[in-house]
Amino acid sequence: MAFLELEGVTKSFGAHQVVQTVDLAIQRGEFVSFLGPSGCGKTTTLRMIAGFEEPSAGTIRIADKDVTHLKPNQRNVGMVFQSYALFPNLTVGQNVGFGLKVQKKPTAEIKARVEEMLRLIKLPQLADRYPYQLSGGQQQRVALARAIATKPQVLLLDEPLSALDAKIRVSLREEIKALQRELGITTVYVTHDQEEALSMSDRIVVMSEGRVEQVGTPFEIYNNPRTRFVASFVGTLNILSAHVVDADGGRLAIDGQEVVTARGVAGAVSGATVSVALRPEALLLNGASDLGNRLSGTIEEVDFLGSVVRVRTRFNENAVSLDTFNNPNAPPPRHGDKVTVSFAPEDILVLEAETG
Amino acid sequence: MKGGRIAPWIVVVLSGLYFVLPLVATFEFSLRKRRGAYSFDAYRSVFEDNHFLESFGYSTLVAVAAILFGILIVVPTAYWIRLKLPRLRPYVEFITLMPLVIPPIVVVFGYLRLYNSSSWLPFTASARATDLLLIFSYVTLALPYTYRAVDTGLRSIDVRTLTEAAQCLGAGWPTILFRVILPNVRSGVMAGAFLTFAIVIGEFTIASLLDRPAFGPYLQNIGANKAYEPSALAIIAFGVTWLCMGLINVFGRDPRDAAAAKK
Repeated sequence: MAFLELEGVTKSFGAHQVVQTVDLAIQRGEFVSFLGPSGCGKTTTLRMIAGFEEPSAGTIRIADKDVTHLKPNQRNVGMVFQSYALFPNLTVGQNVGFGLKVQKKPTAEIKARVEEMLRLIKLPQLADRYPYQLSGGQQQRVALARAIATKPQVLLLDEPLSALDAKIRVSLREEIKALQRELGITTVYVTHDQEEALSMSDRIVVMSEGRVEQVGTPFEIYNNPRTRFVASFVGTLNILSAHVVDADGGRLAIDGQEVVTARGVAGAVSGATVSVALRPEALLLNGASDLGNRLSGTIEEVDFLGSVVRVRTRFNENAVSLDTFNNPNAPPPRHGDKVTVSFAPEDILVLEAETG
Repeated sequence: MKGGRIAPWIVVVLSGLYFVLPLVATFEFSLRKRRGAYSFDAYRSVFEDNHFLESFGYSTLVAVAAILFGILIVVPTAYWIRLKLPRLRPYVEFITLMPLVIPPIVVVFGYLRLYNSSSWLPFTASARATDLLLIFSYVTLALPYTYRAVDTGLRSIDVRTLTEAAQCLGAGWPTILFRVILPNVRSGVMAGAFLTFAIVIGEFTIASLLDRPAFGPYLQNIGANKAYEPSALAIIAFGVTWLCMGLINVFGRDPRDAAAAKK
């Protein structure tokens, strides 16, 4: 039995449907990320779980209890906001203890819990500071401590790292993940940053235009994207147009050069045009032929990025980008060089037709 | 170049004189009660007058009541408009500006017509009820200032997110309003409160026509019957107003600004 369930959840603002029939089951203690571009409905879905928006249709259940029409203060969910949302008039300690004070817990219990939370976020010395005296990263850690101090059933995080600089973002996402694992709290995390979602989540829900495109583990989402959108949004991906030569044999033609896929050509017939995806890390420039597939092309662009050299090779209509490590003893290829790009049959992925 | 620098100073000095000279003259005149020597006799006479203390005390009490009532009305209204009904904001702003457009004499005649002793809500039938009507009048008179001061305070915080954060932590509306929103718009509320106080202390028209023993009618009465005391009272009233302005600065100051200034 899932701990947090969304069943046919839909949200419309006027005639505009921003979330379309989302069905989702999240297990107790699971870390699930909603990943998608701005306006895909991920934050609205999160806000419906929090109770800030009421679904136009569908049901939300937490621990088998229907909370669809409950007010936010009756749901026992903790939330961390992008803008921290610390109360400016209260000290760090008072902010963390706010929820417990609202619950009318004894003063001694509040004090002990606040100290415990501040130790957990490694800021025990800042209890008497005001939010404006803290850095962005510290404020967000305090917001996290405040959200979990009341022992909520579900922790919701709405792009909590977006306002922070890159270095803090990386260290804080590790802290959040470690904290979540330690407490075993069911967590829903909204982000548009695929690296964040891939590194932190047990499962990722990729959303686009109000729909769930794919739900899966980071490994599944990255390696087996089901739609062109997922493939292009998660990671860097080369998407090429190919003709199906032999659907049963998995033979395809890219700009007239034949390649084989070991993954099958689901749903397509011979002669049809399909989109195929190739991860840059699966491609080898001027590599051995025993990888299985080899395409000949011309170097279109070379970007020297220090440790990495990014090379773009054009076949005809299609082109691929791939990264090679810098070799001080061998100069990078030059614009116009004739090269071959090799890859294994397992690495070529035929994408599903997009929905809608 | 030199002329360019001197001209603004001339304007500043002339403006200063325009404001300060009448005050200095009034103050100087208020000290002349004793023939041939400067003294504070006029001030002594004012402070020894029971009517002064009574009317000042009465006006202070009415001002405090008007401030509290105003806060109770304005803070939740401005908060709700910002949070839930932003579309109504221009209309509410327009309504709150009405007291600046409608003269107090019109307001008070409207009240007397609506709430006279033979009306459906006879506020003027008893002294206590008339006091209430006077308080409501002052809340209305101060509305343009209090609403703007509170609204400016609300603009400086992220009302929606703070509300949602408090809701997630289990807080209901009273807790959100009094423990999250109100403390964070303190500077706006304090500014509105002292402006209300300054307006109420010197107000004459409504208090006089409602026949209440307020400080404004007392000032007018003394002005009509005595020579030096009105000047002393003018200086006292001016001092009270400036004290209010000073208190706005002291109590209305955001601690974050104070901390920034220290740096």
